[in-house]
Amino acid sequence: MQLLMFYIFSLGAVLSATLMVTNIKPVTAAMNLIMTMFFLAGLYVLLDAHLIAALQIIVYAGAIMVLFLFVILLLNIHEKEGETARRKVIIQFGSIAIVGSLFIAMAKLSAIDPLMIKAVDPAFGTTKSVGKLLYTDYLLPFEIASFLLLAAIVGAVILAKRRIDDSE
Amino acid sequence: MVSLNSYLIVGAILFSIGAVGVFTRRNVLIIYMCIELMLNAVNLTFISFSKFLNDMNGHVFVFMIMTVAAAEAAVGLAIIISLFRNKATIYVDDINLSKG
Repeated sequence: MQLLMFYIFSLGAVLSATLMVTNIKPVTAAMNLIMTMFFLAGLYVLLDAHLIAALQIIVYAGAIMVLFLFVILLLNIHEKEGETARRKVIIQFGSIAIVGSLFIAMAKLSAIDPLMIKAVDPAFGTTKSVGKLLYTDYLLPFEIASFLLLAAIVGAVILAKRRIDDSE
Repeated sequence: MVSLNSYLIVGAILFSIGAVGVFTRRNVLIIYMCIELMLNAVNLTFISFSKFLNDMNGHVFVFMIMTVAAAEAAVGLAIIISLFRNKATIYVDDINLSKG
């Protein structure tokens, strides 16, 4: 059962990611990326990361992709694609395929040292245990992340508001 | 039981697809989406190692990556809007403001 779900989720994720990359329209690409996010959330559930799976759907599919869709709607884009020379695309694709197969070979060969594995924690991946870790060991990074978000809000407002030519 | 390597291979494939998108597409919005896809592939790798090592610290890392991705999306899309307002294009071939 777990194996079947793994194959469904991973095939779906790879398929919709491919559709996203090959699609010309940005809206369709965004929809395919949302599909990929949902399949990845399924993989996270298989890996017992329940909080991260919920955050994946809420933050990525719910917030970030909606922001993307809003920007696509705001910009009145006329599609034009494919002016890149065919040979150049083949070279890029080939080089990335080589590097990607290196990655995949590394992923296939990597193994965990059995000495590194700790005892199984029954509360693995629950909101309580992640929250406890966030507020004890990772308190400072957590607070810095909130400052980062504040800076991003201010930066986004300032960047989207002013024009380049009246910046003086 | 699905092995660790299967999850890592899925992560590697997704990362490569994202890289292909970043290098071959000309639309800034789709390049951004491909960057998000690459971040997601890294998240999957973090979570699978976290599960197979029984170590919760990977979850905190994924949490931080999600925060950074949200900040990056907000600022990047603001830059795209400002760029579109000034240059009326979102294709990277037409964007050469910092060309010497």
